[in-house]
Amino acid sequence: MTDAVTVHHAATEALSFRDHLPALQVLLPLMGAPLCFLLRKAALVSFFTVAISFACLAISLTLLGQTMGGEILIYEFGSWPRPFGIEYRVDITNSFVLVVISLVAAVVFAAGPGQARRSIPVGREYLFYSAALLCLTGLLGVTITGDVFNVFVFMEISSLSSYILIALGRERRALMAAFTYLIMGTIGATFLLIGIGLMYQMTGTLNMVDMAVRLQAVSDTRTILVAVAFVIVGISTKLAVFPLHQWLPNAYSEAPPIVSAFLAATATKVAYYLLLRFTLGLFGAALIFDQIGIDILLMPLSVLAMFVGSIAAIYQTDFKRILAYSSIAQIGYMTLGLSLATEAGVAAGLIHLFNHALMKGGLFMVAACVMWRMGSTHIDVMRGLGQRMPITMAAFVAAGLALVGVPGTAGFVSKWALVTAALENEAFFIAFLIMASSVLAVVYIWRLVEIVYFSEPETDFEVKEAPLRMLIPTWTLAGMTIWFGLFSGFSVEVAEAAAKQLFVGLAGAGA
Amino acid sequence: MDLLNHLSTHWNYLGCITLMMIGLYIAISRGNLVKKIMGVNIFQASVILLYVSMGKVKGGTAPILIDGRSDVIFSNPVPHVLMLTAIVVGVASTALGLALVVRIKEAYGTVEEDEIVALDRAEERRALATEGVESTDVQGGGGKA
Repeated sequence: MTDAVTVHHAATEALSFRDHLPALQVLLPLMGAPLCFLLRKAALVSFFTVAISFACLAISLTLLGQTMGGEILIYEFGSWPRPFGIEYRVDITNSFVLVVISLVAAVVFAAGPGQARRSIPVGREYLFYSAALLCLTGLLGVTITGDVFNVFVFMEISSLSSYILIALGRERRALMAAFTYLIMGTIGATFLLIGIGLMYQMTGTLNMVDMAVRLQAVSDTRTILVAVAFVIVGISTKLAVFPLHQWLPNAYSEAPPIVSAFLAATATKVAYYLLLRFTLGLFGAALIFDQIGIDILLMPLSVLAMFVGSIAAIYQTDFKRILAYSSIAQIGYMTLGLSLATEAGVAAGLIHLFNHALMKGGLFMVAACVMWRMGSTHIDVMRGLGQRMPITMAAFVAAGLALVGVPGTAGFVSKWALVTAALENEAFFIAFLIMASSVLAVVYIWRLVEIVYFSEPETDFEVKEAPLRMLIPTWTLAGMTIWFGLFSGFSVEVAEAAAKQLFVGLAGAGA
Repeated sequence: MDLLNHLSTHWNYLGCITLMMIGLYIAISRGNLVKKIMGVNIFQASVILLYVSMGKVKGGTAPILIDGRSDVIFSNPVPHVLMLTAIVVGVASTALGLALVVRIKEAYGTVEEDEIVALDRAEERRALATEGVESTDVQGGGGKA
C-alpha cells in the first residue's frame, strides 16, 4: 500500500498543472465567489458560476480517474511536510464524493436561481451566486482535506452560506427555518470542534493520517471515548440522523427549491462521508464497532429514521415537504449501511449516497419547475399537472420510481446492495424492514402520481413547461437515475473499492 | 478527597464545562431568538477556553526564540492559532444569526419563538380554511403530522 502513495515535493520535482488539481478543486470556487462581486451583471455572473462549477466537475473526474486504482494523492500546501503544513489527501472515497458534489452543483447551478429570483432584489443576483459558490467551496473542502481542523473551518463556510441560501425562501417561514438550522448547525459544528480538540490533546497532531496512527495507542482512554461521542453527535447533527433531524424538514421545504436541490443532494452526503472518514478512517473499525459498539446504537436509529421519515412524508400536503421527510428516511438507509459494520454495508451506503444525490436532486428540480410555473408546490396545485407539464412530470415519475427502488432505476441498485449486505450479516429482520419501508415510499410517491395524472386540472389549462434552462438540468438528473440503474457498474465498483479502502483505515493506509 | 484533589488541579476544565452547559442551556431553553444566539456564543467561547488551556504547558513561556538559550519551555501555540480561526467563525455565525433575527423581526414583528410559532399556526389555519371553501374534495389523510 505504501509504495502506491505518491507524495510530491516541490523541492525535488517540478509540479505540473496536473499536480495542482487537488488545490484547484477548492480554490476555483473560493476565488470565484469574490469575483462574482466584481462582475455584478446577472447574466455574466450566472455564466461565470456555471463555468466554474463545470471546471470543478472536470477536476473531480480527473482526480477520480487518478485514484481509481487505489492510489492516494497528497497535496502539501506550500510544500510544508506533514506535521507542520495542511495537506489535501485524495483517495478513491473522497474523489467519489467530490464527483457527486461537483456533478450536482454543475447541473443545478446551470438552472439559475429559479424561483429564488423573486426574493432577490433586482441587480443583486450576484450575491446569490457568490453564496452558492462559497457553499460549494465549503463542501468540496470538507471532502478533500486531510486535516481535521480544516474540516471544521470548511464545514462552517458551507453551513454559513447555506443559511443565507435557505433564508431566500419565498415565505417568511424560511427565515425561521434558516435560523433554527443556524442554531442546530452551529451547536453541531461546535460539538465536532470539541471532539477534534480532545483528539488533538491526546495525539498532538491535526493531520488525519498522523492522528489515526497515534490514536491507536490511546484508543482506550476516556478522553478518546468522549471525543468519539462528541464527533459522532456533531456530525450526526449535520447529517440529520434520526433524533437530530429536526432542522431538516423546515430548512429543505422552505428554501427555494433550487437551493434544496443543491443542498439535499450534497450537504447531507458530505456529512455522511465525514462520518465514515472519522469513524472508520480515524478511530478505526476496531474501536468503533468492537470496543464501543456504535453499530448497536446506529442500527435502531437508522431503522426508526426509515420509518418515521417515510410515515411523516405520507401525511404532508406539500411536495417539497414530502421530499424533505423522505430525505430523513433515505439518510436512514445510508447510516444503516454503516451500522452493518461490514464492507458490503458501507459500500451499499456509498452507492446510496451517489444514487440518492441524483434522485433527490432530480426531484427537487421538478419541485423547482412546478414552483416556477405554479408559484406553489402544494399538492392541490399539482392536480392534473401531468397534462399541463408533461415533460417535467415524466421526470418526476422517473426519479420517483428510483426513490421507491423499482428495478431498472438507481434506487433499486442501492437497495439491492443494502439488502444483500444485511442478508450477508444474517440480519434477516433488517432486510425485511428495508423492504417494508420501501413500501411506504410507494405510498407517498403513488399518492403524488395519482394527483398529478389521475385528477382533472381545476380550470382551463394550457400546456406550458418550465423554461428549458430548468428543464434540461431536471432531466439530466432524472435521466441519470435511470442510466445508473441500468448500468450500475461504475457506481458499484467505485463504492466497493472505496469501502475496502475505508476499512483499512487511515492508520493502515500509512504514509 | 481524591475527587476534590482532581477538581482543584483541573479547575480550568471545570470552568469551561460550566460555561459550556450554561451556553447550551440558554440556547435550548430560551424563546427569545437574540438570547438563543448569545447562548450559542457562550457555548463557543467555552470551547475557546478548552483549547487555550490545553495549549498551556506548566512553567512555559510565550513561544518566542531567545538567542543563545535552548532550555526554555514554551507553551504550545497551535491551539491559540486554531482558536483565532474559531473566533472568526464564531463572529461570522453570530453576525449572520443576528442579521436573520433582524429580518425575522421585520417579517413577524417579534423575536419570541412561541409568538412566531403561533403566527405561523394561525396562517396555516387560515390557508386551510380558504382551501376548504375552494375545493371540498381534498383527499383524506391531510392531517398534520
